Amino acid sequence: MSSQHVKRVDLIFEKIECRDVLKKIVDMEPDAISQEILDSDLKGRGGAGFPTGLKWRFAAKEKESIKYIICNADEGEPGTFKDREILDQVPGKVFCGMAIAGKAIGAKMGYVYLRGEYKFLIPKLNKELIEFHKTMDEFNQNFRIQIRLGSGAYICGEESALFESMEGKRGEPRNKPPYPTTSGLFGKPTVINNVETLVHTVMIMNYGAAHFRELGTKDSRGSKVFSISGDTPKAGIYELELGMTVDEFVNDFGDGDTKAVQVGGASGFCVPRKKFDETIIGFEGVPTGGSMKLFNSSRSMYNVLHNYLDFFTEESCGQCTPCRVGCQQLLKGVEAVKQGEKNSKYLDELVKLAKTMKRASKCGLGQSVGNAFGSIVENFKEEIIY
Amino acid sequence: MVSLSVNGMLVKVPEGTTILDAAKKMNFRIPTLCQHDDLCVAGNCRVCVVEQLGAKSLVAACAVPVSEGMQILTNSLKVRSARKHIIELLLSEHNADCTKCYKNGMCELQNLSNEFAVGDHIFIDLNTIKEYTIDRFSPSIQKDDSKCIRCQRCVRTCEQLQGVNALTVAFKGDQQRITTFEDLSMAEVICTNCGQCINRCPTGALVERTYLDEVWDAILDPTKHVVVQTAPAVRVGLGEELGFEPGKRVTGQMVAALKRLGFDSVLDTDFTADLTIMEEGTELLTRLKRALVDKDSDVALPMTTSCSPGWVKFIEHTFPEYLPNVSSCKSPQQMFGALAKTYYADVRKLDPKDIVSVSIMPCTAKKYEANRPEMRSSGYKDVDYVLTTRELARMIKQAGVDFNMLKEDKYDSIMGASSGAGVIFGATGGVMEAALRTAYEIVTGREVPFENLNITPVRGMEGVRQASVLIEDCKEEWSFLNGVELKCAVAHGLVNARELMDGVKSGEINVHFIEVMACPGGCLGGGGQPIPTNEEIRRKRTEAIYAEDMSMEVRKSHENPEIISIYKEFLGEPLGHKSHELLHTHYTERVRY
Repeated sequence: MSSQHVKRVDLIFEKIECRDVLKKIVDMEPDAISQEILDSDLKGRGGAGFPTGLKWRFAAKEKESIKYIICNADEGEPGTFKDREILDQVPGKVFCGMAIAGKAIGAKMGYVYLRGEYKFLIPKLNKELIEFHKTMDEFNQNFRIQIRLGSGAYICGEESALFESMEGKRGEPRNKPPYPTTSGLFGKPTVINNVETLVHTVMIMNYGAAHFRELGTKDSRGSKVFSISGDTPKAGIYELELGMTVDEFVNDFGDGDTKAVQVGGASGFCVPRKKFDETIIGFEGVPTGGSMKLFNSSRSMYNVLHNYLDFFTEESCGQCTPCRVGCQQLLKGVEAVKQGEKNSKYLDELVKLAKTMKRASKCGLGQSVGNAFGSIVENFKEEIIY
Repeated sequence: MVSLSVNGMLVKVPEGTTILDAAKKMNFRIPTLCQHDDLCVAGNCRVCVVEQLGAKSLVAACAVPVSEGMQILTNSLKVRSARKHIIELLLSEHNADCTKCYKNGMCELQNLSNEFAVGDHIFIDLNTIKEYTIDRFSPSIQKDDSKCIRCQRCVRTCEQLQGVNALTVAFKGDQQRITTFEDLSMAEVICTNCGQCINRCPTGALVERTYLDEVWDAILDPTKHVVVQTAPAVRVGLGEELGFEPGKRVTGQMVAALKRLGFDSVLDTDFTADLTIMEEGTELLTRLKRALVDKDSDVALPMTTSCSPGWVKFIEHTFPEYLPNVSSCKSPQQMFGALAKTYYADVRKLDPKDIVSVSIMPCTAKKYEANRPEMRSSGYKDVDYVLTTRELARMIKQAGVDFNMLKEDKYDSIMGASSGAGVIFGATGGVMEAALRTAYEIVTGREVPFENLNITPVRGMEGVRQASVLIEDCKEEWSFLNGVELKCAVAHGLVNARELMDGVKSGEINVHFIEVMACPGGCLGGGGQPIPTNEEIRRKRTEAIYAEDMSMEVRKSHENPEIISIYKEFLGEPLGHKSHELLHTHYTERVRY
């Protein structure tokens, strides 16, 4: 059996002395920190995969005196629950990562934007923060962290909508450019990283970039925490080396009857059984923020798709046309096809619409609705129609 | 300078220029809906998406600044298919019952639909699935959510130009819509009825409440004597609705058209604008006397104007503690209404109950003002119906009057004579200028010390302006003003009014007299004026207003012969008993949301 296992890694949850890492970085040149992260090839673990070191370097170059670090803990992607676990198990490492980022870009203030439903974590986080601030004082560092609570809107996980929300406004994505590293929270240069990304930076500073690069592939270095759910006997949180195929993953986690895997949650891609072998989980194949949902043959892919579209129809912020109306049209459209009110050719129109949504929506939400839609309709057309 | 290519043609534009403007420079028009020259960028309708070679997705031309070497395609296959989809999507959510829509033929969405030959309606009609209600509670503004395309121009207008925030975005996803505090009707919230949202709504979601049928019924009723008054700004805007370029003065043709429509008497709000100057100028001087001579600490200074009903409602909502500072004078429209059913009725030997008083205003707030319960000092509703400039244009079209061919005609008498001072009420700073022309002369016996009476320091488009006039060599009865530097401030657009009042509150702004017009540019930029509007159009209307002033024989309110005779024959003196009864009013504190 063990030969079937995908390689487990224990970096994110590994208990280390954060103060040792902090002690090390306080005397480092900011640019050397960014360089180390850059050398590691770490890409953002929220799903979009922007090179973390590059993001830090962009923000470091800005001449503003006030800059911010934000830990995006608004984990809202359906099927993703790994950040909750990280914050619960190793909150100190998250704060440590924020301090490293702060040192690298010259920020004195960090915020954790915590998903509203994770309110129960606050006492624990606050307790840990007291310790963290003590350590900061000890090292004569004036970097401070505060926690801000979201209010339940999925869109507020989008970085610029998150800024709006933090500024007390309606959570709607902004136009880009300018990008957060130039003009983020309150118009100041801001680095916003996912919870897991920040913890990875701690481990990179601890063990060195080379250690991190030993794992994974050319395009997807390192390991990643996955939230595994659906039709699996082993649902839960696993840190795995990147670069495996979906086939390898299913062999490890499937129930023997897996017909599809939704990689990356509602905004991700659906990989059907016939493509398990050729699909790599990572930036060269299908990227994921961590959500892996397995479906066996008892599941109706129409219901799966309907569920996702229902979700997006409700969670679109509603400001831009392709996303607001497009989501509704996709939802009503598949319903109409299923009920025979529209013929199967209408699905082709909807696929074209999904392409427009991908190209013309204002933010990542609308741009990614087409991922799930396109991949499910393409691979399970019969289930949608009949 | 940044160089880029638009559809293969090279262009150099200043840094910070949007793709939209760069393309415009190359004579490529990119369609827009949420974009408006007066407002900040939104980038949410996505109609203006263009292809940037090398970019992952299409980009919004209105929101993205040019960068060096950028290659833009405004009409590629990808752009065309996306744009058509977006228009289709908007239409699928839109109540497209165009032939029954007030904005039929004047709708930006309809134009785009026409331009892109959207006829096949590929998508499912979502509009019929949703339950929308039409808010008709406000006497000024009608809001129909079924026609809203969520471009948020109205929200940005209400926030950025007016600082009122009556309209806001609420809910998300398919439920997202534009609404008010607690979903209350427009009549119950902080809305000032200024109608600036109407001026910028691309569809028929926000329109004025129309009273065309009521006015036609009155005109066609032989037992009624229908008088009409026309506000100063109407004459410099009406032409735009009838095929003329912005800035065309059509005073004479408008009067001729009104006579052809069948109004029994065509009169001028400018007459009561002059009357307002007499009353308000005297009120200011009286307040100054109480403050300077009687040392009365209760006197409320600075005094503010009260002719803009949007401003009056704004201050009632937002700065109620300053209501004693608002001049008690009614607006020219309401002074006119009160006199039409008293003075005018007397002179013309008419029974006031048979008089129907109609006003043509550049304004939607005037509709609300006419409906205020206190505006019945003649014993009847002083102004029965208020029509906007746009509604008048529609009447002219309905009656088949060939406006372009009309010979100029003159206002009837009485209450038809005016001065240049009355005319400039239509522009921001105009009331201030008119008041100074009269007050200065009353006090000193000399004309204001400005060339051609043009008090240029109070003119212009800056949001808040301050000026002062040194008063010297006064007449004996005004000697207490000797050496006083009369300080005044002018604001237009309520966001600027708020700034000004905040300054007054904090003590930063210390003046005697304040003029506020609710709308950008003053009445000429009013919510009832022709659509579209932008700074350039408002500038042209402003020039027309001042040209009209210069063309008048009488330039000062107190020299208007009909003003002289109304005081002699009817009112007695400014602030006299009759004036108080007919020409002055009071204000009410209102909710703050």
